[in-house]
Amino acid sequence: MAGNGEIKEDGGKGVKDMVMERIKSIKDIPPEENMLPGTPACAGCGGLLALRHCMKALGRKIVIVNAAGCFTLLTIYPYTPFKNSWLYTAMACAPAGAQGIRDALDILIKKGRLDPEEDLKVVVLTGDGSAYDMSLSSTSGAINRNLDFYYICYDNESYGNTGVQWSGATPFASKTGTTPPGRICPIGSELAKKDLFAIWNSHKPPYLATISPAHPVDLINKFKKAEQYKGPKLFIALSPCPPGWGIDSSYTVKLAKLAVDTGVWALKEAVFGVVTHTVVPKRFKQVEEYLQVQGRFAHLFKPVRQEAALNKIQEEVNEYWNRHKLLL
Amino acid sequence: MRKEMLTGNAAAAWGVRLAEVDYIPVYPITPQTEIIETLAKWISDGVMDSRYVTMDSEHSMLTAAGSASATGARAFTATSSQGLLYGFEMLYAVAGWRVPLVMVNVSRGLSSPITLEPDHNDVLAARDTGFLQIHCETCQEVLDSILMAYRLAEDERVLLPIIVNLDGFYLSFTREPVAVPDVEQVRNFLPLYQPKHAFFKASQPMAQSAAVLGGSSYSYFKYQMHMASQNALAVYKEVCDEFETGFGRNYDTIEGYMLDGAEYVLIMTNSFSTLGKAAVNNARERGIKAGLLRLRLVRPFPVADLKAAISRKKAVAVIDQNISIGKGGILHSEIASCLYNEKHRPLLLSFIAGLGGKNISPDEFEFIINKIVTGVDTEDAGTAQLIYTDKEWQEMGRLKRMAGKG
Repeated sequence: MAGNGEIKEDGGKGVKDMVMERIKSIKDIPPEENMLPGTPACAGCGGLLALRHCMKALGRKIVIVNAAGCFTLLTIYPYTPFKNSWLYTAMACAPAGAQGIRDALDILIKKGRLDPEEDLKVVVLTGDGSAYDMSLSSTSGAINRNLDFYYICYDNESYGNTGVQWSGATPFASKTGTTPPGRICPIGSELAKKDLFAIWNSHKPPYLATISPAHPVDLINKFKKAEQYKGPKLFIALSPCPPGWGIDSSYTVKLAKLAVDTGVWALKEAVFGVVTHTVVPKRFKQVEEYLQVQGRFAHLFKPVRQEAALNKIQEEVNEYWNRHKLLL
Repeated sequence: MRKEMLTGNAAAAWGVRLAEVDYIPVYPITPQTEIIETLAKWISDGVMDSRYVTMDSEHSMLTAAGSASATGARAFTATSSQGLLYGFEMLYAVAGWRVPLVMVNVSRGLSSPITLEPDHNDVLAARDTGFLQIHCETCQEVLDSILMAYRLAEDERVLLPIIVNLDGFYLSFTREPVAVPDVEQVRNFLPLYQPKHAFFKASQPMAQSAAVLGGSSYSYFKYQMHMASQNALAVYKEVCDEFETGFGRNYDTIEGYMLDGAEYVLIMTNSFSTLGKAAVNNARERGIKAGLLRLRLVRPFPVADLKAAISRKKAVAVIDQNISIGKGGILHSEIASCLYNEKHRPLLLSFIAGLGGKNISPDEFEFIINKIVTGVDTEDAGTAQLIYTDKEWQEMGRLKRMAGKG
């Protein structure tokens, strides 16, 4: 996707008649704050930073449909940090909640019982535990039905709200409460991170992107682009988690940036299934740079260096970028 | 108004059509599916103006129905058995949202072993969720109860979802003559749903279903639900009276059959009550003063009506078409707790029968009624009786031998 903002790949499939304005720098990010400070999220929460940018892009005429996870605690009676509406559902079914709201708004408007001015964008907000594991079925259903909604997954690579346990988003060799490195299993998590992007993309949704709190311009532009499509608009935000990743809360942005610069987190988008990378590092940093600053990977370096595991992680990153012919 | 021969499922679909429901998320399961297929056809034919969507599970279906209701639409959905349990988490959630969703449950025994025919372990598992429950005996009652359910659920003093229950196969697939009211007549009884408490619109942002921290807020909201459910007892009477005025049919919280002058009372629910009524007739012919009480409103539990109806009877037998493994009949326990502090109270017997659609034959009813009479004579209620005939026992022996377990 070239940076000129022209939408070309519509194929007549639900693209609204408009040309978006891409922003060029961080100075162009909308100054309005639609999510106010004072939430009980952990200091340095990468997900919250990503969400703050998403909220700037989405505006206030939205209803957030939430699944069980860290962000369920953003709205605790009688407080909410949002200037918009909110509905907590349960862990497995936020996309189904979005379906009911979208359909209800549509039929009430159609029957003349709701002013079209009162319409809302419907935005699902879940963590990776819900997105990668428990709500795969309800999300697949919603995408397949071409539900007109946004989905923001803040992916902190574990069941974070329950105190950091393994989830389908946990990367290989990560230490979590349920994958503790030990004498029998020194690696920690032996399973690979699920490729949720590929799983969702197999449905060929109108718009799907990965985002990063360290790349707000890329993030905002992706939302701007997505806005033109009627149907599912899906976002996965890699979200550094200070307590879960074993990093200082001041390292969030640095880690989010390192994830991109090492090639661990590929910033990309897919329009009706066709994938384009939006940020490709000119020169990839070694994955080790990303791993060695995180407590969850400390066992790969001490007391003995686990060379095979480290190589495997680097090789898999190389393989990804080779496959996409982007490793220079 | 016209009369048609309708199955229980078709009567349910007619209730939904006449209530002019806005939104219907569905998921198929036997024996409920005929309801959602009927509605799908009407919507496809343009005789119903509703949005209809097949979800990926009952869990999603209940969520969508609840969230549409929380947005301000009149919503309906239907399920059975395993489906109800698959969506179970959302029963508590949606009830806590305080939205007037109406759902039909077509009762079916629960796995394991997996089966198709009815008992009430499915719907009674939902008794503590906050959903009100209306249990039906006839096809007419199914249609009428759906209309009453929306009136009751949407009342500002109630605002809780409702399950209307009917038995799979015995009622869902049985045709009976049903009076189908005119839509204008229904509109007089059931006006358009205009939510004042829960909706989503751009001009009035609202956080619904927020988390609470600590038992104080949690208890407050749970107590609110309980009190709303208690309110529903009085509101139910109003709705019942208005329904009778409009349509000429009366449905109280309980139905008495030959209760006046009865000394021995059977308590039953749902379609098998018809068998119980026949058994009462037979007993009367034998000179036994029997009667039957059918429990129609199961949540809120109509304590006062029950006490008034049975506290001065000689003996009552609760025939539970359900089993709480390790305790016995669920309704027996509930009825016992109503009567415990009464000065005059009947001997209370417990029978488990009709599980998984097992017939209750006239001989079995005779056995039950004889047990009541001798119970009174010996002043001994005994323990819960698991009803099973000699013939069934022998047949089961034959099956076990075939299975190599003889």
